[in-house]
Amino acid sequence: MDNREVLVDIKNLRTFFYTEDGVVPAVDGIDLTIHRGEVVGLVGESGCGKSVTALSIIRLIPNPPGKIIGGEIFFHGEDLLKKNEEDMRVIRGDKISMIFQEPMTSLNPVYTIGDQISEAITLHQKIDAAEAKKRTIEMIRLVGIPEPERRFSQYPHEMSGGMRQRVMIAMALSSNPDLLISDEATTALDVTIQAQILDLMRGLQKKLGMAILIITHNLAVVAEMAETIAIAYAGKIVENASAKEIFKSPRHPYTYGLLQSIPKFTEKKTNEPLPAIEGMVPSPYHMPKGCRFNPRCPFATEKCREEEPEILELTPGHLVRCFHPIES
Amino acid sequence: MATRLVEVQKLKKWFPIKGGVFSTTVASVKAVDEVSFFINQGETLSLVGESGSGKTTAGRTLLKLLQPTSGKIIYKGKDITKLTPNQMRPLRRNMQIMFQDPYGSLNPRMPVGDIIQEPLDVHGIGTRKERKQAVATMMETVGLRSEYEKRYPHEFSGGQRQRIGVARALIINPELLVLDEPISALDVSIQSQIINLLQELQQRLNLTYLFIAHDLAVVRHMSDRVAVMYLGKIVETAENDELFDHPLHPYTQALLSAVPVPDPEVKRERIILQGDIPSPVNPPSGCHFRTRCPYAMPICKEQEPLVIEVAPGHTVACHLLTKK
Ligand SMILES: Nc1ncnc2c1ncn2[C@@H]1O[C@H](COP(=O)(O)OP(=O)(O)OP(=O)(O)O)[C@@H](O)[C@H]1O
Ligand SMILES: Nc1ncnc2c1ncn2[C@@H]1O[C@H](COP(=O)(O)OP(=O)(O)O)[C@@H](O)[C@H]1O
Ligand code: SF4
Ligand code: SF4
Ligand SMILES: [Mg+2]
Ligand SMILES: [Mg+2]
Repeated sequence: MDNREVLVDIKNLRTFFYTEDGVVPAVDGIDLTIHRGEVVGLVGESGCGKSVTALSIIRLIPNPPGKIIGGEIFFHGEDLLKKNEEDMRVIRGDKISMIFQEPMTSLNPVYTIGDQISEAITLHQKIDAAEAKKRTIEMIRLVGIPEPERRFSQYPHEMSGGMRQRVMIAMALSSNPDLLISDEATTALDVTIQAQILDLMRGLQKKLGMAILIITHNLAVVAEMAETIAIAYAGKIVENASAKEIFKSPRHPYTYGLLQSIPKFTEKKTNEPLPAIEGMVPSPYHMPKGCRFNPRCPFATEKCREEEPEILELTPGHLVRCFHPIES
Repeated sequence: MATRLVEVQKLKKWFPIKGGVFSTTVASVKAVDEVSFFINQGETLSLVGESGSGKTTAGRTLLKLLQPTSGKIIYKGKDITKLTPNQMRPLRRNMQIMFQDPYGSLNPRMPVGDIIQEPLDVHGIGTRKERKQAVATMMETVGLRSEYEKRYPHEFSGGQRQRIGVARALIINPELLVLDEPISALDVSIQSQIINLLQELQQRLNLTYLFIAHDLAVVRHMSDRVAVMYLGKIVETAENDELFDHPLHPYTQALLSAVPVPDPEVKRERIILQGDIPSPVNPPSGCHFRTRCPYAMPICKEQEPLVIEVAPGHTVACHLLTKK
């Protein structure tokens, strides 16, 4: 029912790492659609393949040990997995930008932030130095950093974590991309600073209209930001639906368990134990046979232990990978 | 009647910053700056606030793992501020601390059985056989198989390592446990398991917790009372529901409103604070929060607000509440 133009269409992406200790099926069945201007949340626990998915989209998987071994990633209708490195460089510079959790490692400590943003701008636009500086100051102002002229000549270490994340956003948006990938960009920040950055991202998204893929382990962050949510578990998307549906009627036992188990900020204290999911995330070297969630799933049957479920559209726009989905 | 297990009065912990040729003290990090609070027997007091606000330092100073710069620490009615490490020894076993990082805080070269047993050895409690038995019992108590005692920390998951940390802290039967961000480093689906464990043990063993955390949803679930810290000061203290339902300090209000909630249909009024937390070396004069406070008035720059009790057990330090 979505008549918006499809921007990104990932089909059965598989990215493996071939390490000394064995094969890690880091991403092994990721399907994801992002429309133009849509905010999509990709949620899952540590190691479930969120960052590997993002790096696969921009084709920056370290090889060796990593390799995209299957699937398609359509971007504006063209399969990125068929592009050569030259074309990918242009796409990364122009059309898809990414911001990470720790801005310090992505900023160069020996250049001023003004120089770094200018460089990002002049990389894609043929403009002279004076014009570049003008645009840089505009970008610094756009991301809400006070006194842009003074900040232009400061170094990354002179800024707080929140400020540096704003600089990263300025650099990422300087090419006016169609897609912004944000990988745990607010996870390391304090909650009042996180609120500032999320507010900024929301405002810029409305103003500039780019699509955003928000990667996080924090369900509350995607509840606030995303229209559509994909839940990943052990390298696969297990559920994908509108944010409303995911929170109101989760159909996959993992999504359901996760939502039940998190303490609710708005609920009064009880002495009841939280309905926790038992067990732990499987080791990537020893993925369980059948459904990867079966050792922890209260609804698992013999079939779940033998066969792998496909992801199916149960109701329009609501996709679930489970033999025995929860009734809505 | 609730009995007070521990209380601190005007507790201060400043870290000197040395500089110059003679390495003299040129300034101080005012990590904890005259805070007062108490914890009743069997309850959980949570200490919340942003990173660098002084939570860890307050917890460690309370246990005298750091010597306070000034102020008083009263444990079961006895002033322990000036006690020497030797005099502290018999008290030590009553107070334990558990750290955030389940990887860094366990000795990687020791089997977990020995790690858990170590506090018994240090305090010379029990015979060899009794100690072994206590370790096995404690491992089962925290949900670890006792036959794993010969394994090393790296063979355990994050959640299991945190259980090892709990077992080690509880083996000598303490009264007070300082939990410094005990679940922050864990996976979402494992966090609830550890929260349940901590709550169950508290009820079973009548433990008193100082719970340091920044996840306010977890704090709401765990605490009896909550104290909010900002730049080395406690700005507000209240019972759990009172604090979450009627926050009075502008910082508490902003902090609570900034918490994202896992429900897309709830749209909350958000107070977006401007700017960053100032440095604790040079905190703003008067009220430390005034550089970010949407209600700051001239007096806030000149005078530090006093802590006043606005309702039974609800204390706030803000000039708005004393203004007529
Ligand atoms: N360069 C690499 N070499 C080997 N294995 C890797 C490499 N990068 C990632 N992996 C493995 O791939 C799996 C998925 O990793 P990924 O970084 O995508 O997780 P994530 O979902 O982003 O987790 P987090 O929430 O911790 O960031 C993990 O098992 C990880 O150990
Ligand atoms: N040993 C130390 N020496 C100097 N400064 C310290 C030391 N320990 C903590 N601090 C500083 O004290 C302040 C409070 O720190 P901390 O208690 O760790 O805060 P929190 O636990 O709330 O994040 C911070 O500015 C921190 O850098
Ligand atoms: S397929 Fe089976 S084991 Fe997997 S989530 Fe569904 S019910 Fe549980
Ligand atoms: S004392 Fe003044 S600056 Fe501080 S919180 Fe109250 S109103 Fe704001
Ligand atoms: Mg990641
Ligand atoms: Mg701390």
